[in-house]
Amino acid sequence: MTAGAPLLEVSRVSKRFGGVQAVREVSFRVERGTVKGLIGPNGAGKTTLFNLVSGHLAPDAGEIRLRGKAIQGRPPHRIAALGLSRTFQSIKLFGHMTALENVMVGRHVRSRAGMVAGMLRLPATRREERAIEGRALEALDMLGAGHLAHKEAGSLSYGQQRAVEMARALAAEPELLLLDEPAAGLNIRETAELTAQIGRIRDRGMTVLVVEHDMSLVMGVSDEVAVLSYGEKIADADPPSVQRNPDVVRVYLGEETC
Amino acid sequence: MTTPAASAWSRAAAALRRSARLQLLAFAAVLVAAQLLTRAGGKEFLLTQLTMAGYYTLVVLGLSLLMGHAGQISIGHAGFFAIGGYASAFLTTLDLSASRRLPVVALLERLHLLVARKDLYGGEALGVEPWAAFLVAVGLTALVAVAIGVPVLRLKGHYLAMATLAFGTIVGSVVVGTQRLGAADGISGVPPFEVLPGLRVMGGAAGRVANYYVAWGLVALAMLLLLNLIRSRTGRALRALHGAEEAAAAMGVDVARLKLQVFVLSAMIAGVAGAFLTHFNGGIGPSEASILKSVRYVAIVAVGGMGSLWGTLATSAVLSFLSLRGTFGSHDDAVFGVILVAVMLLAPDGILSADLRALWRRIAPAPRSREETPR
Repeated sequence: MTAGAPLLEVSRVSKRFGGVQAVREVSFRVERGTVKGLIGPNGAGKTTLFNLVSGHLAPDAGEIRLRGKAIQGRPPHRIAALGLSRTFQSIKLFGHMTALENVMVGRHVRSRAGMVAGMLRLPATRREERAIEGRALEALDMLGAGHLAHKEAGSLSYGQQRAVEMARALAAEPELLLLDEPAAGLNIRETAELTAQIGRIRDRGMTVLVVEHDMSLVMGVSDEVAVLSYGEKIADADPPSVQRNPDVVRVYLGEETC
Repeated sequence: MTTPAASAWSRAAAALRRSARLQLLAFAAVLVAAQLLTRAGGKEFLLTQLTMAGYYTLVVLGLSLLMGHAGQISIGHAGFFAIGGYASAFLTTLDLSASRRLPVVALLERLHLLVARKDLYGGEALGVEPWAAFLVAVGLTALVAVAIGVPVLRLKGHYLAMATLAFGTIVGSVVVGTQRLGAADGISGVPPFEVLPGLRVMGGAAGRVANYYVAWGLVALAMLLLLNLIRSRTGRALRALHGAEEAAAAMGVDVARLKLQVFVLSAMIAGVAGAFLTHFNGGIGPSEASILKSVRYVAIVAVGGMGSLWGTLATSAVLSFLSLRGTFGSHDDAVFGVILVAVMLLAPDGILSADLRALWRRIAPAPRSREETPR
C-alpha cells in the first residue's frame, strides 16, 4: 500500500431504493489521521452512504476502498475486521447486557477465542478475557463512562448510551471510526464534550468520518467537510471554504439569501 | 432486625449468584441428596425415571442455549435426538457376522470397531462397538444439523419455526416408514454402552445408581461448558446478536456463522442425549422422533425462562420426571401443549422471570425489618 493512498476512497458510488436515487455517483476521500465531516439536509443520503461504507448496504454501482482494498458489497463483519467501526444514528446497544459487556463485544475483532475455547475456558482464553475486559474498561473511562460499567445498557440515559456506544466502537481500535449523528439528542454541554472527545480520538491517530446535523460540531472538529444534497455531493473542502460556498448556502438557507 | 444467620444466608445467596463453580457444587450436592433420599426411602426404582429425565434435560439445555441466548427457535429437536439414538441403535444392533470374509469387515473387527455380542436369540452377532457407534451418531447429527442449518437459519421468527417443524416431521415419518429402523416398533436389543471400563450405560436394577450419576454427570458437564460459553467472547457475541443483529455485525460478529455454530452445538447435545438414552433403555421407538416431543422441549424451555439455564434445568428435571412417572396420565402431550400456550400468553419470558418474582413479592411480602437493613 502506498503511503499517499487515502484510508477510505469512495468512487462514483450510487444507490437506489425503488424510485428514489438515494446516492448518485458520490466520490470522496478520507485521509489518514483526519476528521471528515459529512453534512446535508434531511434525506440527502448521508446515512445511506454510511451504510454503504460499513457494508450494511451494497451499492448499485461504484467502488469503495478501505486501506486500498475494494470493500463494496462485503458483509459488515468482514469490513469490521479490516479496521472499520461505527455507531448508529438510532443507538443500537445490546440492551440486556451491561455497559462493560457491550464494550467487550467491541473487542470482538481484536480477539480470537472460538466456541470450543470458550466452553473449555483454557488458560489462554482466560488471559484473553482479562485483556478484553481491561481494554473495554479503558474505552469506557476514556468517554467518562467507567462508573457505568456494571449497569445494564438498557437502563442508561440517552447521553450515557451514546457514550457507551462510542466506547464500544472505540474498543475495536479501528483505523476508521464512523460516527452517525453522534450529537443527535445531546444538549449543548454534552455536544461540547463530544467535540472535545472526537478531537482526542483523532489525536490518538484514529481517522474519523462523522455524519452530523449539528453545524457547530462538524465545523469545529472536521479537517474537511463534504456536503450532500439530494444524493449528490455539492461541495468538499475545508470548513471555512464550505461555509462560503454559495451552493451550500443555497441548500441550507434557501435561494434568496445568496 | 436481622440475625447473623440471615445475613450469612444472604451473603451465601449472593456468592451463589455470582460464581458458576459454586452453582455447580450446589447442583452436585442436590444430585447426591436426591440419590440418598431414594435409598433411605426404599424407592431406588425412582432413579430409573430420574436418569431418563436427566437425558431429556440435556436436550432441553442445548435448546435453551439456542432459544434463550441466541434467539433462534427449533421445533425439531426431537429429530436430532432421534438421529443420535437411532444411529446408535442401528449400528450397535447390526449383524455383520455373515460378511466376515469381506476385508473391510475383517479389518474393522481387528481394530475392535466391530465387536461380537449375543443377539436376542442367543446367537452370535457382529455389530459396531458402542463408542464408535456413538461417535458416528453424534457426527451424523452434526452433519444433518449443518445441512439443515445453512438454508434454514437465514429464516427468522415464524419461518424458522416452520422450517424446523418440517424437519422434525420428516425425521419422524422417515423413522416410522423405514423397515431397517424397525418402523413402528423401533429398534430393541441395543447392547450396553461401556463408557468407561466397568461403567455401562444400560437398564436394570444393578447399574441403577451408576447410571443415575452418568446421566446427571453429563448434565452437569453440559452445564459447566454452557455456563463457560455464555460468558465467553462467543457467548457475548451470541447475546449481542439476539439483542441487535445489525450492531453485532458492525462489531465484527459473523452472524450467520455464529448462528450455525450454536444450532449445530445444540443439535449435537440432543444427539448425545439420544444415544445415551437409547443404550439406557436398550432401544428406541418412533415416539422419540415425534413432533410432540419437540413441542415438549420447547415448552420446558419456555417455562424455565428464556436465557436461564438453571431455570430450564430445574423445570425439565421436575416436568420430565413427573411425565415419566405417568403423573399426567393419557393427557401427557396435552399437558405440555397447554403449558406452552399458557406460558406464551401469560409470561413470555418464562415462569421464573423477574416479573413473576415481583408478583410473588406482592403476594408474599418480605418482613419489614428486612427492607430497613442497610446493605
